[in-house]
This record gives sequence, structure tokens and C-alpha cells, in this order.
Amino acid sequence: MATDNLQAYELMVIFTPVLAEDDYKGAQKKFADFITENGGKITNQNAWGLRSLAYPIEKKTTGLYWVVEYQAATDVNAKMEIQMNRDENVMRHMITRLDKYAVIYNNRKRNKLSEVETAAS
Amino acid sequence: MAKQNEIKFLTSTRVEKRQKKYCRFKKMGIKYIDYKDAEFLKKFINEQGRMLPRRITGNSLKYQRKVAVAIKKARQMALLPYITDLLK
Repeated sequence: MATDNLQAYELMVIFTPVLAEDDYKGAQKKFADFITENGGKITNQNAWGLRSLAYPIEKKTTGLYWVVEYQAATDVNAKMEIQMNRDENVMRHMITRLDKYAVIYNNRKRNKLSEVETAAS
Repeated sequence: MAKQNEIKFLTSTRVEKRQKKYCRFKKMGIKYIDYKDAEFLKKFINEQGRMLPRRITGNSLKYQRKVAVAIKKARQMALLPYITDLLK
């Protein structure tokens, strides 16, 4: 029986495109630290960088995407959402609960990607 | 016009038997539909960005629901448009 009540989640954030490279990294770190400080574990981070949006958000046509997979207790997300709503750099965010198939899918995708990278280098 | 139609009828009418639609998720064993994969989700929306019905995609109900959720999430995160013209 697993006693730790950690649940796998995935967070996707769209930051404003006006952020400089350092600010973008800093903003990522801020939320990543927030997860770890609250007893969560980060499985994977993926910064997509600048991407064009399918429709304008806050009159901007591009956004800086950031995807992070993590495991955390169930009460962390509510706290983090408050932080994200306060943060002016966050244009939009979404937390998805990952079921077991999603975890398998993400693992497989990640392994495939890393294989490609190692083959290229 | 009427005559032509009659002639058509007299020659043995060949009714094409259409291949039965199938649920691609069940067939391929896909268990999770990723909302981040916008290119894949585009198969299930039409040119205006609206979701295609089950009648056309042939998805089973279970996976049609999952596709719908994935598309809605992708729309929220601006990976897919809510409404547009000439998507494809």
C-alpha cells in the first residue's frame, strides 16, 4: 500500500511574450521551487519557448509556453493557483490531473525524444 | 431524364458497400489522448475548428469523450482556435 498521497499532475503556463530570457527562466524557477517547497517532486520540465497563439490573449498573439510534470499532494494546486493568478506574467495556466495511462504516455514520449537527441548528437 | 434513370435501374445496380468505420483508438490501443498534440487533434475538427461528430469520426463513445476533453483543453491553452476559417 502506498502511503504517500502524491498525485501526478501536469501544469501548462503561458507567460507574456514581453519577458526577457532571464525573467522567463526566473518565472519557471519560481513555480518549480513552489512545488518542491510544498513537498512535491518534479518529474519533467519542458520550456516550449515562444509560440504563436491560436487566438489573441490579452491582445498578444504570441506566448511563452512552459509545461511541467510533477507529483504533489492534493492541496498544493489550490495554493499555486493563487500565486499564478497574482502573477502578472502569467497569461493563462492549466493544471491537468494525469491518470496512469497519461503517465505511461508521457514517459514513453520523453524516452523517445531523448533517444532522438542522443542519436543526433 | 426519366428514361435514363430507368435504364440505370435495369442494368444491375451495383451498390458499393462502404467499409465499416472503426474506432482508431481501440484499434491502435491508444489509451491517452494528449491535449498538447494539436496536430493530432486537428483530425477531429473541421475547417471551422468545430468538433466532428462520432457519426463521422467513427470513434467509440469512450474515446470521443476523451477527444472532446482534449480539444477543449487545447482550445483553452490557445493551441487550437475556438472558431476560425480555413484551418486546414
